[in-house]
Amino acid sequence: MTDITNLPGNAAEPRKHGSLLEKDARTARRNAAEKRFQVYGMVAIGIGLLMLVILVVNIFSQGLGAFQQTFVTLEVQLDESKLDKNGNRNLEEIKKVSTFGYAPLIQQAFEAKVAADGIETALPGKAMADILSKSAAAQLRDFVIANPDEIGKTVEFRFLANSRVDGYLKGRVTRESIVNDKNVTAEQLDFVDALKEDGVLAKTFNMSFITGADASDQRPEDAGMGVSMLGSLFMMLVVLILSLPIGVAASIYLEEFAAKNWLTDIIEVNISNLAAVPSIVFGILGLAVFINYMHLPMSAPLVGGLVLTLMTLPTIIISTRASLKAVPPSIRDAALGVGASKMQAVFHHVLPLAAPGILTGTIIGLAQALGETAPLLLIGMVGFIASNAPDSIASGLLSPNSAMPAQIYEWAKRADPAFYERAWGGIIILLLFLITMNTVAVILRRRFERRW
Amino acid sequence: MSFAKMTVSGLALAALSATAAVARDQVQVAGSSTVLPYASIVAEAFGENFDFPTPVVESGGSSAGLKRFCEGVGENTIDVANASRKIKDSEVKACADAGVTDIIEVRIGYDGIVFASQLNGPAYDAFEPADLYNALAAKVVKDGALVDNTYAQWADFNGDLPAEDIVAFIPGTKHGTREVFEEKVILAGCEATGALEAYKAENGGDEKAAEKSCMTLRTDGKSVDIDGDYTETLARIDSNPNGIGVFGLAFYENNTDKLKVATMSGVAASTESIASGEYPVSRPLFFYIKKAHIGVIPGLKEFAEFFVSDEIAGPDGPLAQYGLVSDPELADTQAVVSEEKTMGNNS
Repeated sequence: MTDITNLPGNAAEPRKHGSLLEKDARTARRNAAEKRFQVYGMVAIGIGLLMLVILVVNIFSQGLGAFQQTFVTLEVQLDESKLDKNGNRNLEEIKKVSTFGYAPLIQQAFEAKVAADGIETALPGKAMADILSKSAAAQLRDFVIANPDEIGKTVEFRFLANSRVDGYLKGRVTRESIVNDKNVTAEQLDFVDALKEDGVLAKTFNMSFITGADASDQRPEDAGMGVSMLGSLFMMLVVLILSLPIGVAASIYLEEFAAKNWLTDIIEVNISNLAAVPSIVFGILGLAVFINYMHLPMSAPLVGGLVLTLMTLPTIIISTRASLKAVPPSIRDAALGVGASKMQAVFHHVLPLAAPGILTGTIIGLAQALGETAPLLLIGMVGFIASNAPDSIASGLLSPNSAMPAQIYEWAKRADPAFYERAWGGIIILLLFLITMNTVAVILRRRFERRW
Repeated sequence: MSFAKMTVSGLALAALSATAAVARDQVQVAGSSTVLPYASIVAEAFGENFDFPTPVVESGGSSAGLKRFCEGVGENTIDVANASRKIKDSEVKACADAGVTDIIEVRIGYDGIVFASQLNGPAYDAFEPADLYNALAAKVVKDGALVDNTYAQWADFNGDLPAEDIVAFIPGTKHGTREVFEEKVILAGCEATGALEAYKAENGGDEKAAEKSCMTLRTDGKSVDIDGDYTETLARIDSNPNGIGVFGLAFYENNTDKLKVATMSGVAASTESIASGEYPVSRPLFFYIKKAHIGVIPGLKEFAEFFVSDEIAGPDGPLAQYGLVSDPELADTQAVVSEEKTMGNNS
């Protein structure tokens, strides 16, 4: 009532406000409040962007080093008297020579190289060989077992340098920081400098970080993400094969066929609740049900995949139901109107129209599962595990393996600082996967989404 | 629908392959995070030198590992448990209850426990067990009576130590290292300061109860339990210039550019001083094998023999290089493994 009497058009009272072109105090206050709010918003976005930049810069500055590694190129004489005493190239006998038996060959190769190139050093052969990774002897042995005919010849090898030497070339290890270090001496670093001059030792791109297997605490230079990537891949395969059909079937039934009663209401509420359950709970469930009760193997990507399926199902069901709901009822009515059965209407008309939304939801669910570590802790997928590359699909699913985030966690807690660099490198690889998956989801949505 | 058929057959296939795969062909190890680096070094070398697949080594702490070890016999249980302490009678009993009766105990060597602080922080070079007891225990002896611990700085009870606030990061209770710390440092300190006697007098001469009271640590934030690994302790030390942390010797030797080791009773920790017995805080490391799995899990016995062989666990082997103090009685241990002597028969 009062509003009406106060209307400016009322001629009996003088106009309370001046011209619209003049700002009175109240308008100024309102405008100022709006300005302030905009500034708050910009500050919030600015803080978010700043955090993102700090994160990205941090990840890349710490992790890029893992993609480069120091290699030493050496010619090794595969001495027959040491590797095959009887000279009959019997593989069983050659295998009896352990990696410890190969170490002297590397020392000899260093001594020969130093003599040939005139590098001045007072180091004994063992100290020279110590700048190499402990994997060098194993590399030699694998080569000899694969090519027994090469015994007695001189072959050129590219060995990894150990993590201290690698750190020295990357600037992580300095002459000051090794004063108390028992693993490397200043003389060895002088020798490394001389080798670098000579071109024997160089830092190059390290493919084996992307393709290789995990390595023990003594040889961080040899560790790679490859096998744990396969572990993640097999887990995602299980998740996709199980959660997509189950999730889509469940949501079609709930959305299109189920009667709306208290039972379906309870199911609906619980699906939403399930989406909010912490992932570690699924890990405990997996341990109790899949390993202790069903006796599936420990540390197997199959079990990991099953656990992550439980975690991904709610995400897929919720997004599928949302996209089914978004299909207008007129489509169903039209299909039913021309005589289609309910099932034909759903499968021939509604589902294809909802497919882009379902795919997007699935990809985002998979991306979430890919980055999950907590449930894997409990089913034994964290540890020194990713060392045997699977040789078939069955062994990929069943033989012990790790997963990318679990591998990163494992590296981050090891003693040698070189592993820390690799953990950051692993994060870069994991992020690339996640960004790719999310980009695919966005593209699919853009490309196929229809609005009514 | 072919869709539904595919799902069903996919599930059936998964179930089938799972049952077919129960035959496990690699050794499964779990337990102490202190032993983990050694076990993974051995596992890697084992995979390289034998035709068996590389064993799987998980961590999680000695108690957690032994608990899993005692779950029973069968291919879905672990074969080897690593421990940074001896198995307890209660654990042996739990094992026996679950059917794990024949356990082979293998001592691989010794590990030193070191106290370290930030490289550029104050120097703690006059530690005695008594000092750590005074700094960390719940109750200390003051003027002949047991009172609640109110010491705020190291210099409050020992003039040789720096006047810095007390902050100590010690391993949490699920770690085997904690027990060694309690026994070798806190209990020794309790005795040295006379608190043990005071506790005994308080409860009528009950030695066990007195020892237990000794190991109660203060809860006012000066002593911080770290449940994670040494890297977490390192991170705390990094951000805390006067903090002191408990580490394994091998971890310290890999991080000499960040940490400075404190002396204990005037001796600096090193593989030499531990081997000679001069450095007081060291403990044996063990692994336990389920005898019932030998012959069932391929490579289990070979792995155990390889672990304690001279090439690996000897004084010049890779384990010693990493920081393990090799066992002078390694030959006895080798005999235990090769003859599969179970606990109770090899004492």
